[in-house]
Amino acid sequence: MATPKALVLRAAGVNCDRETQYALELAGFEASRVHVRRVMETPALLDDVQFLVIPGGFSYGDDVAAGKILANQMLHHLIEPLTRFVAAGKLVLGICNGFQVLIKSGLLPWAKMDPATANHDATLGWNDSGRFIDKWIYLRADSDRCVYVRKGDVITLPIAHGEGKFIPRDDSVLETLKRQDQVSLRYCDGQGRPSPEANPNGSIDDIAGLCDPSGRIMGLMPHPERFSVVTQHPTWTRGDGQSVDGLKVFQRAKAALA
Amino acid sequence: MIHRIEVWPQDPARDPHAQGVVAQIKELGIDGVTAVRSARLFFLAGGLDEPSLQRVSRELLADPVTERCFQGSSADNGNVIEVHLKPGVMDPVAASTQQAAVDMGATVSTVTTGRRYELEGHVSEVQRDRIARKLLANPVIEDVHFAAFTPPELTAQPAEMEVQHVAIRELDDARLQKLSEEGDLFLSLTEMQAIQAHYRALGREPSDVELEMIAQTWSEHCVHKTFRSDVAVFDGAGKPIEQITNLIKSTVFRATKELAKPWCLSVFEDNAGVVEFDEKHAVCFKVETHNHPSAIEPYGGASTGIGGVIRDPMGTGAGARPVANTDIFCFGLPDEPADQVPAGVLHPRRVMRGVVAGVRDYGNRMGIPTVNGAVYFDRRYMGNPLVFCGTLGLLPREGATKRWPQAGDAVVVVGGRTGRDGIHGATFSSGELTHVHETQFSHAVQIGNAITEKKMLDVLLAARDAGLYRAITDCGAGGLSSAVGEMASKIGAEVHLERVPLKYAGLRYDEIWISEAQERMVLAVPPERRDELMRHFAAEDVEATVIGHFGVEGNTLRLLYGQQLVGEVDMKFLDEGLPRPTKRAVWDFAPRPTPPPAARKNYTDTLLKILASPNVASKEWIIRQYDHEVQGGSVIKPLVGVNQQGPSDAAVVRPVLDSPKAVVLAVGMNPWLSDLDPYQSALHAVDEALRNVIAVGGDLEKTAILDNFCWGNCNKPDRMGSFVQAAKACYDAAKGYETPFVSGKDSLNNEFATESGENITIPGTLLVSAMSVIADATKCVSADAKKAGNHVFIVGPTGPELGGSHYLAAEGLPTGNDVPPVDVAASRRQMLAVQRAIAAGAVSACHDLSEGGLAVTAAEMAFAGELGMELNLAMLPIARNGFASASPVPTAAMLFGEKAGRFLCEVPPDKYDAFCRAMNEVAFGEIGRITESGRLAIRGLGGNKDVLIDADIHALRGAWQGTFGKAC
Repeated sequence: MATPKALVLRAAGVNCDRETQYALELAGFEASRVHVRRVMETPALLDDVQFLVIPGGFSYGDDVAAGKILANQMLHHLIEPLTRFVAAGKLVLGICNGFQVLIKSGLLPWAKMDPATANHDATLGWNDSGRFIDKWIYLRADSDRCVYVRKGDVITLPIAHGEGKFIPRDDSVLETLKRQDQVSLRYCDGQGRPSPEANPNGSIDDIAGLCDPSGRIMGLMPHPERFSVVTQHPTWTRGDGQSVDGLKVFQRAKAALA
Repeated sequence: MIHRIEVWPQDPARDPHAQGVVAQIKELGIDGVTAVRSARLFFLAGGLDEPSLQRVSRELLADPVTERCFQGSSADNGNVIEVHLKPGVMDPVAASTQQAAVDMGATVSTVTTGRRYELEGHVSEVQRDRIARKLLANPVIEDVHFAAFTPPELTAQPAEMEVQHVAIRELDDARLQKLSEEGDLFLSLTEMQAIQAHYRALGREPSDVELEMIAQTWSEHCVHKTFRSDVAVFDGAGKPIEQITNLIKSTVFRATKELAKPWCLSVFEDNAGVVEFDEKHAVCFKVETHNHPSAIEPYGGASTGIGGVIRDPMGTGAGARPVANTDIFCFGLPDEPADQVPAGVLHPRRVMRGVVAGVRDYGNRMGIPTVNGAVYFDRRYMGNPLVFCGTLGLLPREGATKRWPQAGDAVVVVGGRTGRDGIHGATFSSGELTHVHETQFSHAVQIGNAITEKKMLDVLLAARDAGLYRAITDCGAGGLSSAVGEMASKIGAEVHLERVPLKYAGLRYDEIWISEAQERMVLAVPPERRDELMRHFAAEDVEATVIGHFGVEGNTLRLLYGQQLVGEVDMKFLDEGLPRPTKRAVWDFAPRPTPPPAARKNYTDTLLKILASPNVASKEWIIRQYDHEVQGGSVIKPLVGVNQQGPSDAAVVRPVLDSPKAVVLAVGMNPWLSDLDPYQSALHAVDEALRNVIAVGGDLEKTAILDNFCWGNCNKPDRMGSFVQAAKACYDAAKGYETPFVSGKDSLNNEFATESGENITIPGTLLVSAMSVIADATKCVSADAKKAGNHVFIVGPTGPELGGSHYLAAEGLPTGNDVPPVDVAASRRQMLAVQRAIAAGAVSACHDLSEGGLAVTAAEMAFAGELGMELNLAMLPIARNGFASASPVPTAAMLFGEKAGRFLCEVPPDKYDAFCRAMNEVAFGEIGRITESGRLAIRGLGGNKDVLIDADIHALRGAWQGTFGKAC
């Protein structure tokens, strides 16, 4: 097939757009960085791409709450084109702040954008420590449905966030997420075992990443774009990091579009 | 009307912020508070109807899962503290909230925010007041209320616009001095006299804005008059020993000029020093201090400090993209008893927390990785904390040199709006602090808004690449006055002050001109590019305003407000009129050897003590709060080794993602040595920065350095004397290592006068920052030990001196001034040897020897790699040219001496020969092996039984990590 196209959404305060574009290119995408204002002016820009990536950063300074203001813009100005985008089976990935945006706009967990219900069943709250943290962690892929991961894999990626604690509204929401195979990634130790020490922010059920019921929209707190080349790994000088786990997330997205 | 909305956590027990407050209240020594509940407050003004208000509250302000909200005020039962920003203080949350509400279709004209705390338990009124003012609010920028408070709507008074003239021509000397003091001009009598003479010649009085502009341009902060002055040096007996013409030109600048490195593209003439990166790119580096504001308002001071230095590369050459930040802090002692903290001074722990949070929030939001830093503690930094922030930028190779406007170019101010914030920052930071400054100069500090800067940066880079402006500079200290003044220094300019966009009405013309409101840059834009430039900015919601034009006949800066001329300053006078009196310096040095410490059988406890000392201990709690990996270029991170539990010597970043080329960033500093011997101290600082560069695989021949001097009041001859010594060492070091200085900055007058009249002066503090461009990042090495069985070599000879060492400090022993002398030539050979060995792939780990010497270095390598190490001092090469050349090297100096120029290298068995070949012409020795034992064992000269240090690596790491832990 022709080279798939990805759009990396920019907004004031988004700051991982360049390296995300670079990782997408490494994975074989043609990637552009486009400001949300351009998309609002010309929603047809979305028709031209197969993959929408909302990268990390501090969209609008995390003011009010992380991802809230950009999600608010999407809910009030982009609801129609985005709903169409998702209905066409195209892919959406939200990384870190992008995950917060997906949760707060309703694209996760149920792929339903509606200002009245968005963010009602799940949220990403302040880390238990109350502080921003930058650290490499391990993740176990737990979903067969999610197109971005391979179930059973144990991978390593860095996190860098203050508001990454996944909180479902209640047990029934959590049960539905599990039943529908929507839990893409869980924090774990190097052997794939869950433990309180391996969970860096207090996320309920160790959830680090989530997909929608179709498996084509995913949000995750860790940064796959920050592990798309070996020298980004913290112990590459010890010979580690050959797996380049983050790049694989983008490569799987490409495969899902083939 | 104003609607008050309170947003509360659903479950107060799960509110990490409130829990943090409880812990901090205990730290204040108040035990009665059992729990704290905290709410965010929003105040919305405008014609909102009830349904919109409901929608904004539920859909925007409160998190539906974790929070609940309501309109109105909670009942004020018990102990309530509300903290509200003072009117006019930057409130980024308010701005975003207002925009979002408008996105939702709600009519909201203004938003303000606040925070409410409810304390449970028993607290007296006095305690509640202390909690409010010492912990929750900073009275400089925030108001405290002990009951629900809704701020009234702001109504600004229109400004008084009549031009004020200052009668200066007829004043006598006493009155001139008084005018300087009362007008916060911070000018000396000689300088006031020069201004007086100038206006007498002009036959008129200066307007107030003219006087302000001259004071700002001539401030120590902006013009570095001390460093540029001529100096007469006397010895302790008053005998003249030296006359120096222009101190900076004869030291720092001179070395760079003489070295004449072709890869230095722009030195000391722009906002940052620029060196070559590759055929297409250059990199620039600038390090700034923001000390005085951080003393008064640590969070705001530090965040505007980092915000300011980020704008330096942005305003260098054609404009650079910031790619990495560094931060170095000096604080008072973290465990200083509260009753020992002088009036007007914040507790060092609070300063530290605020500074770290300020740098964190600004740097993280900008998306610039904070990759390298250091923290130093000394009681004398209590009134004058030092906050150094550095930014590395990447810019097009052909845009590396300084750009100047042409006559006819528009003066365009872009980014944030101008407010009454930061007025007199430049002049304020040029004076000494006193206990009254906390309140008197509160207007000199402000809160930055990183997102405004980030938005501006995004558009500027696009405008740069489209060639839409000719020249650019940042609005830093001195505001528009400094930025436009500097750009117009050769051709003049005309500025219409009423066109400058304001945060709120009511600013006078002089306030507009000197305001240091953050997040602004000034561009010179050719007329034919103007419209396209304006379109670029409008497309991303960033304000850009034409406020005048460059080029005025007679080379003056003409300031207008409406039709009225409010000031006209002769650029030539501004540039050249500053008198340069000769400074007096006294240098009195007599060698004072350290009493030899008694030999001991075992030094394990000493090693644990040094590892746990605040200056050496792990700063992980700070490092992890900084995003050090954003932009994806990270190669060597601040923490290295298995599970990243060891310190790194330097940071390595790849600013161009599809290139293997990288930049190494490192620092060197040692304020205590400077107490003893400022000359040697400065050599040590340079040596340390370069050692750190080399240890990770840097290239000494492509390394540039930066100087940041923070000293006491250099009008006092003894301060000036040590300053001169350090400056001379900078010349000798730069020449000796062949590493040119490319940029620098000084901050003088770091003294604090307490209420009781005590003067606290910081130790002379020279920060040396280094950047090295390397060809291949994949050749870098890290400090963590890699494999049992590998050889351990030391490179560089050990000396007998212990003066100023961490060993003496940890043991509470007296020190002499016998700082280990730096042999620059030998040190350079050692660095080049290690560089060769690393390039040959013969080194699997490398760590420099600095604070705590060999023992600390070995411990850090071992515990970072989760491996043991066995060393034997018998093979240690010894220096023959030391301070006390004839004396034997004491055991303590072998273990903990801080002789410069040394490295510990781990070498795999199959690289043994290659390593030794690289060690041509240097003193080196194999002193041990990496082991699987999990212990660090160091044997002395007395054979196998002479075990000086034997410790489990986890105990060593525990000591290193235990002081600050992961949190503070």
